Amino acid sequence: MARFHDVLIVGGGHGGAQTAIALRQNGFAGSIAIIGDEPEPPYERPPLSKEYLAGDKTFERLHLRPEAFWRDRAIDLVLGARVDFLDPTLKQVVTTGGERFGYGALVWATGGRPRRLDCEGGDLAGVHAIRTRADVDLLRSELPAARRVVIIGGGYIGLEAAAVLRKFDKSVTLIEAQHRLLARVAGPTLSRFYEAEHRDRGVDVRLASTVSRLVGAEGRVNGVVLASGERLAADLVIVGIGVAPAVEVLRQAGALGTNGVLVDDRCRTSLADVFAIGDCAARKSRFSPTAVRIESVPNANEQALTVACELTGRERDHDAPPWFWSNQFDLRLLTVGLSDGFDVEVVRGDPATKSFSVVYLREGRIIALDCVNAAKDFARGKSLVANGVLTTPGLIADVNIPLP
Amino acid sequence: MSKIIVISRDGEERAIEAENGLSVMEAIRNAGIDEIMALCGGSCSCATCHVFVEAGGETLPPPEADESDMLEASAYRRENSRLSCQLTVSSALEGLTVRVAPEE
Ligand SMILES: Cc1cc2nc3c(=O)[nH]c(=O)nc-3n(C[C@H](O)[C@H](O)[C@H](O)COP(=O)(O)OP(=O)(O)OC[C@H]3O[C@@H](n4cnc5c(N)ncnc54)[C@H](O)[C@@H]3O)c2cc1C
Ligand code: FES
Repeated sequence: MARFHDVLIVGGGHGGAQTAIALRQNGFAGSIAIIGDEPEPPYERPPLSKEYLAGDKTFERLHLRPEAFWRDRAIDLVLGARVDFLDPTLKQVVTTGGERFGYGALVWATGGRPRRLDCEGGDLAGVHAIRTRADVDLLRSELPAARRVVIIGGGYIGLEAAAVLRKFDKSVTLIEAQHRLLARVAGPTLSRFYEAEHRDRGVDVRLASTVSRLVGAEGRVNGVVLASGERLAADLVIVGIGVAPAVEVLRQAGALGTNGVLVDDRCRTSLADVFAIGDCAARKSRFSPTAVRIESVPNANEQALTVACELTGRERDHDAPPWFWSNQFDLRLLTVGLSDGFDVEVVRGDPATKSFSVVYLREGRIIALDCVNAAKDFARGKSLVANGVLTTPGLIADVNIPLP
Repeated sequence: MSKIIVISRDGEERAIEAENGLSVMEAIRNAGIDEIMALCGGSCSCATCHVFVEAGGETLPPPEADESDMLEASAYRRENSRLSCQLTVSSALEGLTVRVAPEE
């Protein structure tokens, strides 16, 4: 017999948790369950590469809600259980343990799995990803014995980890395949700025370099061999080369999508009564003419609210641009909009002061801002991006003139 | 532990026991009051933990630049606006009364 829930949520991360919370806030009275494969109740992921890795916050402080909350709101948490089959006709999912769950509506909120190095040695002990609490606990347990750390991937997670490890005074080498850091998500000015900051604080940044294999002894990594032939000694390796959306089960069930699962503006997949949200869902919006996956907490929350409204018959016309933050050293980055496809980059303020913004324009319209220690620009930038304000570089470059 | 009074958006008043050292945002969240989204988990990046300090805030240090800048963008900013994640619970705050700001 399958247990039935009116709303069944698969994935107990940011999106899944917020869907359940918002359903109850909207007065939804049906049964709700969250099936999640991690053992912990929903917790915050961003601190994993920041305060939690640094030991500045205990895990207790990362819980999205206290344990009692879920009970009080009658939200069933089925933890440590992975869904690996979906029958969209019977409207049931099956877990690895063979348990069946029926649903009225299914919300797929499974995030993504860190991409692994598919080269020789990629699975040696001492090679870490940073996606879950378990990942970071393991990493932290090995840190005291490690002196030389090699980080593969110059995206936000790799850079945040590098910043924390420099605080611990580890020797850190960061390897990036592209010619600049953050190449996928930011313009060259921001890339150069972070490169200089990381170098200044002792990170050995290697651009345009790729890993050909990892080497080790007795099953444990002790070196990274670059395509150039150079061999870097490593007591520990961190891999931060992106995530692959966890959508195999949905795709097998027939859901459409190439990079992630495709959803419409109300987060509906091509399967009846099956929604998808967060890191695993690709959606078009006013801010992106093609369907894109956006990996951020605000995006997962926003889509969760969309689904909760859809399931409770409420209108939600929310169209705020995506945003994101990253903390490295004493640099607080706030970004709004999607800079992909910009044609002009306007630097507002002097990067040397460590407080500046980059405003991205496309055909004269503001499409995104990256604000480093410049919360005011970010706060104003949200509405500039939302409204696609037309401007000229001369109008926005001078920091003494507030943004329109 | 210090007592903090939280007034929700619909005007309901609740006294909660807050652990010293945590932020007021965390205390509110831990008490099961779910009106505060606290999207950024206390990084002073989202302003979804906006509250109005209605009483007992005399000993609070004034907001730092980042907090003010984030608050400035709020349509509901008032004289007594604060980001609750930037306020640390201590016995000096016993009796602090905060009202959850409207949703942006
Ligand atoms: C180290 C790190 C730092 C980050 N920093 C920031 C930041 O500063 N700001 C920001 O906005 N975003 C940040 N992010 C991104 C943000 O955490 C994600 O975008 C967000 O968590 C996405 O939410 P989600 O619900 O889609 O997925 P997740 O939060 O990843 O939750 C998905 C859950 O589903 C589980 N799951 C997967 N498959 C199954 C299955 N088949 N059955 C059951 N359960 C399953 C997963 O194990 C996981 O627990 C960071 C991410 C990481 C990893
Ligand atoms: S929780 Fe985000 S600013 Fe306070």
